[in-house]
Amino acid sequence: MSQFAINLLFVGGSFLLYIGIAIWAKAGSTKDFYVAGGGVHPVTNGMAIGADWMSAASFISMAGLIAAGGYANSTFLMGWTGGYVLLAMLLAPYLRKFGKFTVPEFIGDRFYSKQARLVAVLCLIVASVTYVIGQMAGAGVAFSRFLEVESTTGLMIAAVVVFIYAVLGGMKGITYTQVAQYCVLIISYTIPAVFISLQLTGNPLPPLGLFSTHIESGVPLLERLDQIITELGFRDYTADVDNKLNMVLFTLSLMIGTAGLPHVIIRFFTVPKVTDARWSAGWALVFIALLYLTAPAVASMARLNLMTTIYPEGPAAEPIEYDNRPEWIATWEQTGLITYEDKNNDGRIQLYNDSEAFAPEAERRGWAGNELVVNNDILVLANPEIANLPGWVIGLIAAGGLAAALSTAAGLLLAISSAVSHDLIKGSINPKISEKGELKSARISLAVAIVVATYLGANPPGFAAQVVALAFGIAAASLFPALMMGIFSKRVNNKGAVAGMLAGLSATLVYIFIYLGWFFIPETNNLANTPDNWLLGISPLSFGAVGAMINFAVAFAVSYATEEPPVEIQELVESVRYPRGAGSAQDH
Amino acid sequence: MSGHSYDAENYWKANLRLIFGSLVIWALASYGFAILLRPLLSGIAIGGTDLGFWFAQQGSILTFIALIFFYAWRMNKIDEKFGVHEE
Repeated sequence: MSQFAINLLFVGGSFLLYIGIAIWAKAGSTKDFYVAGGGVHPVTNGMAIGADWMSAASFISMAGLIAAGGYANSTFLMGWTGGYVLLAMLLAPYLRKFGKFTVPEFIGDRFYSKQARLVAVLCLIVASVTYVIGQMAGAGVAFSRFLEVESTTGLMIAAVVVFIYAVLGGMKGITYTQVAQYCVLIISYTIPAVFISLQLTGNPLPPLGLFSTHIESGVPLLERLDQIITELGFRDYTADVDNKLNMVLFTLSLMIGTAGLPHVIIRFFTVPKVTDARWSAGWALVFIALLYLTAPAVASMARLNLMTTIYPEGPAAEPIEYDNRPEWIATWEQTGLITYEDKNNDGRIQLYNDSEAFAPEAERRGWAGNELVVNNDILVLANPEIANLPGWVIGLIAAGGLAAALSTAAGLLLAISSAVSHDLIKGSINPKISEKGELKSARISLAVAIVVATYLGANPPGFAAQVVALAFGIAAASLFPALMMGIFSKRVNNKGAVAGMLAGLSATLVYIFIYLGWFFIPETNNLANTPDNWLLGISPLSFGAVGAMINFAVAFAVSYATEEPPVEIQELVESVRYPRGAGSAQDH
Repeated sequence: MSGHSYDAENYWKANLRLIFGSLVIWALASYGFAILLRPLLSGIAIGGTDLGFWFAQQGSILTFIALIFFYAWRMNKIDEKFGVHEE
């Protein structure tokens, strides 16, 4: 059987499974559509959160970025896990006690204003659509590889599949589908990693293999990797970074963004009790950590394998000839995500860091520039091929990557559509809308969101994980502070919350758009996105943390300058703090 | 509204203390050992690199998991002690 047929079999089979489950558990009422009937066990819920959470960014893109950046990109690992600590302690139990469907609903009630609810809807839509752009970009890469088509065609196919998939079910369908997706994605991520760890270090557990001895060279794996890449002019994999301010802010931005993302928070409404919300966060992180502890091992091992593939005799000897390149390079060339240009016409593949510092060495070796460009986003998908693993492992990873992209895209689209139909239309434009009309408007807004995300996903403002990081920055700057102040302060009032959210959101968006283009439209940026141009060395990806501080500061300043919230609101804040008396999630 | 009682106030304070303590450890494992204090820990070698690198790629995540379960377990005890747990 050809590799193409195997891929099709694995991807097709896993899709039939998800769609089967979605149909079996089809949402009947609006309540089912939004919160899965409130009867989900913490472990099941944790697994569903895991699938919801681990998107194309975690699965397809993150290890590639770590492989390229080494220690400096550990920020993704810490940022996307540390947020769960904040969720478990600062938001989840109280929002569960509050017991409503959506994030804007909480903000609207707590800040007793329709305006606040609408601003929250706006923040939610901006963050979620940005997030979906990243998913579409990642899903596009996966589809283009396994169908062996050009990456734009892959993106179009991804859009159609996501649409069909998300329209089929609401939260209820999605919860059980996502448990299945979690299983597919974690199995497909870890199996190749175990094989590769065994090959390189003899240790079957990748997280331990990462710090073990590299069998072939007899020195620790990370030391060997450092040796090879520094000989080719790259930065030390384990080197410390100079710009610690940016590293701290970026990590913080991802953490508080995690706690502010609506599609994750909405999951905590589906547990029966307040204590379950706390446990759910813990279980979610356990399931997430299975992948996040494997990812850094995948990153360094794939980088090492890539280097030894190109330089089989070591970096001091000549690299392989283009005509003898492994098959995986040829297949990825079809997608346009690997490109080769024989700059010195010697028929070999020179892969090195084209920096000024390395120029004399390159000249001595007769190299005329780096000849192989490998898109970071393909690393995880290409990983089994790079390590010469059997065909079924390659099929499996294609299925896993698509599961990751689809599950998150579906969860986000659901959050967007419920914000539009429930908070925007039912909550303010037309409160008398029928249940049927509400479901219909939910599905229309879902379609619109996909079209916008696909259009922008064709020219994403970065790699999948970086686009997703922008979404986190936006959520961090807008929603998280409002939610947290809503619970931990009785003094913050409607005016403060609205001013804070608007200030945080607009400051962050403006900073991002200046460097990455207005509304992410390519070539509309005012300044080149290079560290020299950044304010105090703060990257647009890290600015969410600053935006959040602006949000807090403005909200407190405005609130203390204006009147106290009414007594019944202060009592509402009191009541969310105590678990007793939490019913199931309520409509209103 | 029983929420204004003395006990309720102490319950909330106990919660805030627990959150504060947990977040200190949370920050130390990530922003501390993995980023800002990494140069200080560079003497402690671990599999070809140093302890700070381990915290950045694994240690912080393991700490986060332990923290959430510890918090959930402690809070359930505190809920019961102050009688605000769900029936």
